[in-house]
Amino acid sequence: MTGTQPADRTESFDELDTVDVASKTPDEPQPYAELGLRDDEYAKIRDILGRRPTGSELAMYSIMWSEHCSYKSSKVHLKKFSEKNPRTDRMLAGIGENAGVVQITEDLAVTFKVESHNHPSYVEPHQGAATGVGGIVRDILAMGARPVAVMDALRFGDAEHPDTKRVLPGVVSGISFYGNCLGLPNIGGEVVFDPSYQGNPLVNALSVGVLPVSRLQNKNASGLGNVVVLLGQKTGKDGIGGVSVLASATFEDGDTDNRPSVQVGDPFVEKLLIESCLEMYDAELVVGIQDLGGAGLTCALSETAAAAGMGMYVDLDRVPLREASMEAHEVLASESQERMLLIVSPDKVGEVLAVADKWGVLATAIGQVTDTGRLIINWHGQTVVDCPPGSLADDGPVYNRPMKEPNDRALIAADRAETLPRPSTDEELRATVLNMAGSPNLADKTWITEQYDNMVGGNTALSMPDDAGVLRLDATGAVAPGTGPVGIALSTDGNGRFTRLDPYTGAQLALAEAYRNVAVTGATPIAASDCLNFGSPEDPHVMWQFAQAVEGLAEGCAQLNIPITGGNVSFYNQTGMTAIHPTPVVAVLGVLDDVRRRVPMGFDNDGDVIVLLGETYAELSGSEWAWSQHGHLGGIPPAVDLAGEQALAAVMRRAAEVEHVSAAHDLSDGGLAQALVESVLRNKVGARIKLPDHADPFVWLFAESTARALVCIPRGHEKAFGALCEEHDVPWTPLGIVDSSAGGLEVVDHFSISTAELAEASEGTLPRLFG
Amino acid sequence: MTARIGVVTFPGSLDDRDAQRAIRLAGAQPIALWHGDTALRGVDAVILPGGFSYGDYLRGGAIARFAPVMESLVDAARGGLPVLGICNGFQILCESHLLPGALTRNAHLHFRRRAQGLRVENTSSAFTAHFDAGQEIVIPVKNGEGRFVADERTLDELEGEGRVVFRYVDGNPSGAMRDIAGISNAAGNVVGMMPHPEHAVEALTGPSVDGLGLFTSVIAHLGQAAVGAGS
Repeated sequence: MTGTQPADRTESFDELDTVDVASKTPDEPQPYAELGLRDDEYAKIRDILGRRPTGSELAMYSIMWSEHCSYKSSKVHLKKFSEKNPRTDRMLAGIGENAGVVQITEDLAVTFKVESHNHPSYVEPHQGAATGVGGIVRDILAMGARPVAVMDALRFGDAEHPDTKRVLPGVVSGISFYGNCLGLPNIGGEVVFDPSYQGNPLVNALSVGVLPVSRLQNKNASGLGNVVVLLGQKTGKDGIGGVSVLASATFEDGDTDNRPSVQVGDPFVEKLLIESCLEMYDAELVVGIQDLGGAGLTCALSETAAAAGMGMYVDLDRVPLREASMEAHEVLASESQERMLLIVSPDKVGEVLAVADKWGVLATAIGQVTDTGRLIINWHGQTVVDCPPGSLADDGPVYNRPMKEPNDRALIAADRAETLPRPSTDEELRATVLNMAGSPNLADKTWITEQYDNMVGGNTALSMPDDAGVLRLDATGAVAPGTGPVGIALSTDGNGRFTRLDPYTGAQLALAEAYRNVAVTGATPIAASDCLNFGSPEDPHVMWQFAQAVEGLAEGCAQLNIPITGGNVSFYNQTGMTAIHPTPVVAVLGVLDDVRRRVPMGFDNDGDVIVLLGETYAELSGSEWAWSQHGHLGGIPPAVDLAGEQALAAVMRRAAEVEHVSAAHDLSDGGLAQALVESVLRNKVGARIKLPDHADPFVWLFAESTARALVCIPRGHEKAFGALCEEHDVPWTPLGIVDSSAGGLEVVDHFSISTAELAEASEGTLPRLFG
Repeated sequence: MTARIGVVTFPGSLDDRDAQRAIRLAGAQPIALWHGDTALRGVDAVILPGGFSYGDYLRGGAIARFAPVMESLVDAARGGLPVLGICNGFQILCESHLLPGALTRNAHLHFRRRAQGLRVENTSSAFTAHFDAGQEIVIPVKNGEGRFVADERTLDELEGEGRVVFRYVDGNPSGAMRDIAGISNAAGNVVGMMPHPEHAVEALTGPSVDGLGLFTSVIAHLGQAAVGAGS
């Protein structure tokens, strides 16, 4: 399948901006500012090359030195993750790799990562979201793993806004289309509405993969004379400037002129790419591998060469093109989807091409590894690029951007939700529970999740609306006697409102919630990843938020003793001067020694005792109650209690192991009231709840204090469970019993709501808005 | 002797490994078959699994029916080989004219996934002997193009001959005509269905284990056929 030569290159040879031409015409004006480079950055490029860059080189530097690829504004802060990361023997690959890899058993490892595709998903929701899934899946594939699931953390503008009706259905159909056709179960995620995301929705896609420890791949273009093979789709004009134009600049109002910068995906080809890569890994045909995502070939060529400390020669004319009229810089910048770059020893090239042919995937040798230490690219027989690959991949500018604490912080902190008018009668409490259950953020999300395949692969043990996605790892069922099949649990969480109120605390609250969601399934949290969505780094207030959030997250992970395995930064999420709520989305990975012991979330068995774990305080600032009932955002977010989260996790893990617990649900958005509603609706089994005599029913129902969960204890296990809580110093309060004869949610002495009425409120909202 | 049940992998097949697992759990031996190979490797029955064969370009199943493996499979099915087409496999069976009708875009135009109630209407097919007539079971459904359609005469014929194998109960997920979820050919050895029985075989992962019945049924059917043949 090699040698697909374009029939006709229409570009005139005379006009080609080669290295020779560049050396002879040092004063030729170049459009570096239009490409997003500053004067000093352009000067630095000239300094590195000892001449002006060619047009192709200029394009390459502009995209590799963009915010999206170079992390130039975030680098100085992100090193806190490495500095504070707890030591662990589990981490096989960490920050800086395509995705972090964590060892689970002696033989198996898991890799997972979250990445943003925010701007493309606003410009063209369907393709933007679809290729977001495709991109993160290739990161996972590049580590040597079989991708086994996806999740998505989504944030949209106001649910009632007309543009949300354009963006949400498109994003959902894009995720559905790509993930379903790829055969990856979608096992969880989040959907949040807030006006701050109106002109800048957030589409964060997570993928997780499984690999035998021995199959771990790297991105090094090592081995003099090894062949550089491009695998997958032909290269077209789609996605040119995706990272520099779309991802590294602020949106202006109603800006949809960038549609050509959005890539177009074909999940069928990605599926074939996955199968062919896995077959090549297993046959040990690949020396190094890198996915082509943002910045396309430019990124893959420079990063693989730089990682190995080698040089590389590439004959760009060999790249199979969709359009013959493409110019060198376009071929280098194209973000056409479903492509991988392989480094292959010469004697294995034949086998690589045969595997590709078996799966019907295009594979083309385009170059080779050299010992020159330079990346040299020829086009039409002339050299158009000659530069040190490390100068593109590693030596981009690094900025310590100015930071400034917002002036209104004290004012916002003083504007506490705890002082807002509260429902005072039982009738008002009841109405508030119902109204919140039907509010867009808390309402049932089936309209979205039923568009996703959550079961393909046959290993999904829990998926949304359960608190975490849980997968069985060992698909073969080959398990040592006396042990169960190992499982993993994953959750993503973020809370833009909390982070807006206090970025340090907000980031830790996101981490704590993801950690808790994993823990309530009975899993032991072992690692975290993040996707940091913020406004423009050129705004000192945004930069301050970012630094605070990173600090909080790094410190939180250190305290919870789980390492950050990698992550993604998405800046410029703002419309004009208005930034989104700072939104760090945190993914936590947990492990279950026996996946059959995983704990689901719904009430199920009559007679189970319902117990509340943790302490409830009058913490209402930033809460869903304050927002949905008063449109209020102010005050100080709930206190973080990481020691409490760890104790809760320890109780849950032990209780799940010995089957002291039949169901569990974390308390977060909407507090106890919403947790009860969701637990009733999950299996349509009711409960009778009796709040403690001393309790203020409003505070108990709606506060969003952390380190809390609702658990169901089978009859006969209450004493043992109580002893377990006391052993770990976790406060526990019996609240009532699961009782299908209650016909719904009964809060004794206050109110009751039938299952049908709850269901109508919760399940009617999204179909009414988007159906 | 352990039954050998083939599972065809087309480019874009997704539930092929899941079908293999279901076969194993039911007590038979799964045999991988490749779309580009006409050899059926001596299998006793064949599953055409779910997925998006050839990317569902053109329409679901339209390209897969021309795959080399289908040449031998169509002949073998006409000769009595039990064949179960699940989801995309059902589409392929219709495109191959082993089964009548077609699967079109769901009436509501969305991909839809849910645990679906089905009524077993026919227990004489090669895949349903282990169910009771009229039994209600729960099997997941997940598709974007699962709406069974046929002309009135064909529908009447299918119903008249008892060839509607499964019908949706508790809601029709796709707008399928006459709530049809699965049908068989006249001989009963070829069955196509949109719901995924291979995803209802383990308590850990499925909404039920009702799907196992299809796989144990065909294994029993093969055993009887062997006895009937005097072997």
